[in-house]
Formats: sequence, structure tokens, C-alpha cells
Amino acid sequence: MINWANFISQMFNGLVLGALLALISSGLTIIYGTLGVLNLAHGAMFMLGGYAGYVAFTYTHSFIIAIIVGSLFVMVVGVLIERVIIRHFYGRPDEDQLLVTFGISICLVELVRFTFGSQSLTVPPPSIFAGITSLGFMYYPTYRLALVGIVAVALLALFLVLYRTRIGMIVRAGIEDSVMVASLGINVYRVFAVVFGIGAMAAGFAGIVNAPVVSLTPDMGEAILVQTFVVVVIGGVGSFPGAILGGLIAGEIISITSMINPGYAYVMLFAAMTLVLVLRPHGLLGTQSRA
Amino acid sequence: MIKQRPFLVETLTAIGLILAPFILPYLGFAPNTVNRILVWGLFGVGFDILFGFTGLLSFGQSALYGTGGFVAAYLLTRTGFHHVVSALFIGMIAAAVVGYLVGLVALRRTGIYFAMITVAIAEVFFFVEFNPLADWTGGENGLPGVPSPSFDLGFTTVHFTNGWSLYGFLAFWYFIGIVIALRIIRSPVGAVLRAIRDNPLRATAVGHNIHGYKLTAFVIAAAYAGFAGGLLGIMQAFMPPDAFMFDTSAQLVMQTAIGGTGTLFGPLLGAAVWLSLQDFLQATLGLGAAWKLVLGIVFVLLVCFLRHGIIGGLVDLYALATGKNKQVEEPVEETTGLTAEEEQKIAEAQIAKVPTVAPLPPRHRDSDGYKGPILQATGLTKRYGGLVANSDINFSVNHGELRGIIGPNGAGKSTFFKMLTCEVPPTSGKIVFEGNDITGMTVTDVCQLGLTKSYQVNQLFSQLTVRDNVVIAVLAELRGKFRLDMFRNIESIPGLTEQVDHTLAMVNLTPRADTPVASLAYGEKRRLEIGLALANSPSLLLLDEPLAGMSPRERVETVKLLKSISQGRTMIIIDHDMDSLFELVERVTVLQEGRVLVEGTPEEIKGNPTVQEAYLGGVLEQ
Repeated sequence: MINWANFISQMFNGLVLGALLALISSGLTIIYGTLGVLNLAHGAMFMLGGYAGYVAFTYTHSFIIAIIVGSLFVMVVGVLIERVIIRHFYGRPDEDQLLVTFGISICLVELVRFTFGSQSLTVPPPSIFAGITSLGFMYYPTYRLALVGIVAVALLALFLVLYRTRIGMIVRAGIEDSVMVASLGINVYRVFAVVFGIGAMAAGFAGIVNAPVVSLTPDMGEAILVQTFVVVVIGGVGSFPGAILGGLIAGEIISITSMINPGYAYVMLFAAMTLVLVLRPHGLLGTQSRA
Repeated sequence: MIKQRPFLVETLTAIGLILAPFILPYLGFAPNTVNRILVWGLFGVGFDILFGFTGLLSFGQSALYGTGGFVAAYLLTRTGFHHVVSALFIGMIAAAVVGYLVGLVALRRTGIYFAMITVAIAEVFFFVEFNPLADWTGGENGLPGVPSPSFDLGFTTVHFTNGWSLYGFLAFWYFIGIVIALRIIRSPVGAVLRAIRDNPLRATAVGHNIHGYKLTAFVIAAAYAGFAGGLLGIMQAFMPPDAFMFDTSAQLVMQTAIGGTGTLFGPLLGAAVWLSLQDFLQATLGLGAAWKLVLGIVFVLLVCFLRHGIIGGLVDLYALATGKNKQVEEPVEETTGLTAEEEQKIAEAQIAKVPTVAPLPPRHRDSDGYKGPILQATGLTKRYGGLVANSDINFSVNHGELRGIIGPNGAGKSTFFKMLTCEVPPTSGKIVFEGNDITGMTVTDVCQLGLTKSYQVNQLFSQLTVRDNVVIAVLAELRGKFRLDMFRNIESIPGLTEQVDHTLAMVNLTPRADTPVASLAYGEKRRLEIGLALANSPSLLLLDEPLAGMSPRERVETVKLLKSISQGRTMIIIDHDMDSLFELVERVTVLQEGRVLVEGTPEEIKGNPTVQEAYLGGVLEQ
């Protein structure tokens, strides 16, 4: 018999994970869509966000400051990486871009390991969200409930930036055709740096707000990166709505399968991805033009 | 393709492997390190065929390495099966089968999608090994007690235990692996794999089933991975579960990139650098866990500055040292500062130089008995959303006809051609070629039937030489769209050399045969573009703006060329150069706004008031 309270609790866990994956994947997908670079260091950005938040929290004991400082730090790191390394790779083959971002990922992970060691670190949830909340039929950690709201606000902010601002319009036009945008007299390369920064910040932000739920390790980005890939393949590369839909689907699949048998979580996730690839090779909300 | 003395590389490899145990100890290599390098090197040989030669970057090779390793180790430790070599081969076959299934999914997409999907698949295997299959694989404990090989020779028993004694066993299999890989890359299959890396679109269009070949490369890489995985278990007397980890795939990718891709030996060199650097940083410098940070930085710098790895860097250095710069002498093409009259004279002189090579007749195909129009399109319509590119086109061309298609920009000429060659499916309508309904077929199949196209924008294999470009196209005719002659020497294919030479002579590129395409002049590239479409002796040849962007002299040359290849062949030509086109063709179809405006002889078209209106917006009444 299915334990319904347990099932619903897992549904909530799936929602939390799904919302996080949606945010991280949005970052990955706008970077790929605009710059044409698949950033294999995206998982490392997630991890870096967590550690940056941890450091800020240790010094200030303020969760809000941790979020702001951590996000900005990851954004700056993202812009620096784009300016110093990635921009030399726009004219080079896909494989070189994959290799260099993969190398950057290793450097970041090992740098964090060198600085903080391999043992896991924890960040307590902010005091207003501490404890558990009664939902009538079950109890659920308050911070996890709040997390869904926090990530939803972040996604909304990202949506507003993408769909309601000048830079967002340029980014969306760039996803369609960056050559055309350049020929309209817009310095796309400056836009590229901003997009890389925003994309990295999305992952970094997710890393910080997720920190109270999990423990921080230098390797934590790797699993997230793999899940993010599945999300992007399911949702469609370059599609912001696709990233959100894919994120929620992946989050629920992982959580609900884990309830039955954790060993099969990835198998189910992979099965879902295969199904999408067979039925809609360009992803649920992807279009052929971005292939 | 690769031309050198037969078996030179094989011999050098054998000598190197035999000498290694006598030299490497003096360089500070422990036998176990050398053995690990060999296993990584063999793993990498297959990966290099996949990545270096075919251009498919997989981050999921750990899944196949682990599969082969665990199948072999399971047989040897849990079932009472004692034949080590057979177990290795069974593991290899298991990995190849898994590779085939994985490839079916992963190869649905290319480029970064392929990379992402392989990562995801590898992660699945890792979790499956740890959890659902833990009873068979030992979960996180792995499978200890894998026996080392021994052979009973009757009078004595040879036992390969560890260290240099095991080295002999591993070196033997590495050598076999290299010999097989060299055969594969020198075979027609190897040539097609390189073509796929270079320009998959054109490889498809000249008539190769590239999906089949990519899957082949994937399975080959899987087989190598599986075998190497089995050797790993034997080498360590223990099959470690971390063979399945993402780090294994990542290390393979990095070692191959460090050593150099597309060389087969790159992964071996990369592994040697990686493992000795690891020893050096960890033990000698005492960096401990930070060694990986140093390695990561080294790797990033290497990808930034040494594009083709260490081997590529050495090759460049050698070229620099010997003064063999890549600057191939360009033919004197510049005719700037000449008057039109002089240009004309040079052009005439040039015409005289064009060799008069009789074109190869169209290949005799099954449909030779067919009488009637060679191509007939009825009601052909193509819509892109609301935009109607082609609307209800009825079009028929007879055997041996030379047809021109003209129309203002945006009239839908190129879309029409793309539908005829089945590059894009029509929204509605039907295309019949030599009596066969080809609507909805693939561009590959249509090419195999004898309908090819030269592209408006050059689609060449730009990293290959002129000759190799033509070889790729001719192979599609001589071998069909898919054939697994992996161990056949490419030069042993009857008729290949003749047909390639003939095609080169026809498009006047014989003197440039061994030049890389990247260093050809534009006019020469344009001729090669036509040559690729011509190489598999089509019965119907479509030419999309063959004269575009050519100098007046090149135009004269090309018109002459087109005339010579039109003998006994049906051709349809799109171009904007009316004078050349009207001189060349027998009938002209005018397209306007996606419809057939009028059809007739060049004279009729020239005098047709609607055509004049379409082009000039009306003619002044006198």
C-alpha cells in the first residue's frame, strides 16, 4: 500500500528539486542559446554559489546577505571566465568549447577542495523558516516550503529580465540569430558576457538557497549538471519555458521513483529522456531551428 | 588517404612495445604505471576512432568500459569460468551490444546533445551498477579476485602475474588493437568516418548512410572500451566499481585531448603524461590532493593554446623546423589591372587549356529500361508556416535534356531544388524520378538512385585534400550507402582510382589533387563542388547557381565544363547569369513567387513580356 502522506511529501520534495533544476537549467539554456557554448562548468557554478554563500553566512550570520553576496560573487566569476577564456572559443569547434569548460569545471572544483577540504559543510536555514510546518495531514520542513517560493521568485525575476527588459529582448533575439543582432549595431560580445554572468548567477543562486537543505561538498555540482542535461534535453535547448517544464518533470520523476527504489531514479529519468528523444527529438518545447 | 610504407606504423609500434621494458625503467616508470598506461591507451584507441576520426565527443565511455570489465570479471570470479581470454572477448561483445543500444539513443542527436545524452547514460549505468545490480557486481565493493592469465603450452605453463610479466600480455593486446584500428582507418569505412567529422551534410548528400557509420564508430569504440575494461580487472586482480564513474570518462577525454586526437596514439601519450604527472605532483612535489588542480590548470592552458594536443604540437614544430610551411604555392590567378579585352584573351587561352576529357557516362542503373520523362514533379508545394515558398509546381524534364531555371531572388528556386533532391520534404505533391516515386525518400537514397546536386554555397570536406573529397563521393557509388568493409584497403577497390582521376580531370583539378581544400582558390572550390556532384556518375545532375561569385574568366571556363559534362546526361541548372545560361540550355523554366510563370526555349523566354515584367517591372512601350 502506498503511504499517502509519504507520497505527498515526496511530491513536495520533487517540487523543490524540480524548481531548483528549472532555475539551474534556465541558466544553462540561455547561455547555450545565446553564446552557442554548452557550459560544462555550470555544475561547478552551482557548487561555487553554495560555498560563497557559506563564507558570507559565516562572517555575517545573515542569510539575506549570504544570498546577495554569493549570487554576485558567482556572477563576477562567470563574467571573468567569459572575458578571459570563453570568448576566445566562439570561433572554435563545439568539442573545444566542451573541453575547455570541462577543464574550468575541474579547476573550480579542485580549487574549492583545496581551500575548504573534502568534508561536507552545512548552512543552517534562516531563523524565520526554521522548524517544521503542519499541513494538516502531515508535517513538512518549513524551509523546503519556503524554498519553492524563493526559487519561484527567482524564476519570475529571470522571466522579467528576459521578457520585459531591453537586455532580455537582445538575449532572446540573440538566441534566434546572434549574427543578425550583431549587424543591427548591438555589441553582442558585451551582451555575451552579461548573459554568461546571469546564467552563472542563476546556478549560483540555486546553490546558495539549496545549501540549508543539503550539505556542501566540492563534488556536488556533478550530479546536478547531469540532471540539468536531462532537463534541457527534455525541455528543449534554448527554451526558457522548456527548462521550467523539464525541471519540474525531472524533479518529480527523481523524487517519486526514489520513494519506491532510489536505485531506479536515474533509470526512470533516462527512460523519460529517451521517450522524449524518440517522440520529440527537439525537446518538449524546443524548436528545430536551434538544433 | 594515409599514404606511407605498408606496415611502417605497425612495425614501429611493435619495436616500441618490445623495447619499452628495457628503456622505461630508466625514465622512472614503474611497471604497474606502464601497464595502466597501456590499458588507458587501448581504451583510447577506440575512443579516438569515435572522437578524433568521426568527431563524436562522448562523455559516456565509462558505461562501456565498466560493462566489459564487469562481465569479464563476473565470469572469472563467480561462475567458475577460467579461460581468461575468452572472458575478455565475451566482455568485449557485451560492451559492443550495449554500445549498439546506447548508440541508437544517443545518436538521435549530434553535437552538444550527443555529449549531454552520453553523460546521462553513463550516470544511469553507474547507479544501476551500484544498486539494482549490486548482487552481481558487488556494488561498491567491486569484484575482487580476478585471476591473471596463464597458458598451458604442454611442456610449460606461461603465467602472466603482474609487473613486467603482465606487461607482455597487455602489450600484445595493445598491439593487436592498434593493428585493427589502423586497418579500420585505412579502410573505406575510415574514409567515410573522416568525411562525417568534416561535413556530415555533404557526406549524406553524396550517398552515405552516415547514421549507420556513426553507429559503427560507436560500437567499435564500445568494443575497445569493453576489452580494456576486462584488462583493467585482470591487471588489478580486482574489478573496481569506479570504472563506471563519470571521472573515468572524463579522464579518457582529457588524456585523448592532451595527447592529440585523430592519431590513435594520442590517448597512450596522454595517459603517460597524465599518470606520470600525477606521480610527480603527488609524490615528488608532495602536493597531495592538490595535484588535480594543477592538472586542471594545465589542461585548460593546453586546450587554449595547443589545439591538437602534444602530437599535434610536435607535428607543427617539425613542420616549422624543416621549413615545410603549409603555404602551398597558389596558381597565379590575379588578373587585376587588365582591360576587358585582355581578360577576354586570357579567357580564350584558358579555354584552350581545359583538357577535353570525355565525361563518364551515367551509371547503368536498374531503371534503364524506363522510357518517359526522367523527372516529373506534380503539384509540388512547400509551406514554411504562413510563407508559401513553392506553390503547385508541375515540372517535367526529359532524358538528355538541359534545362535552365531562372527567376528573381526569392522566387523559390533553391527550395524547389531541395525538394527534388529530398533535402526538404514537400508539404504536398509528388516527385517521380525515372519512374520511381521518390517523394519522402532520404537525400542519401536519392543520390544512390542517380540524382545529385551541386550546392549554391560550397559544401566541401574542407579538411581533406581535393582527391580525398572526390574519393568520398566515388566510394558512395562503388560501395552503396552502407557497407562494413572495415578491413579492406581502400586502394583495393576496383575502379576507384580510375573514377577519381577521371572526375578530377573532368573538373580540371588534377594538378591540385593533393592540395587541402582549405587552400584552394574560390573558382577551384566551385569546380570541386561540381565534381563532388558529378563523381558518382548521376543520370540527373542539379546545379544550384554554379556560376555564382565567379570572375568572367572562370565563368567561361565553367560553362565550357558544364557543356562537356552534359553529354549523355540530364542537367537542370539554376543561375542568374542569363547570357551563360541561355547559351547552355535547351529549355528554360521561369519561377516567380513560388509558381511556374512560363516555360520555353531561350528565344521564347527572352521575348516574353511577362518575364520581362517579372524581372524589370515592365518594359517601356515604345
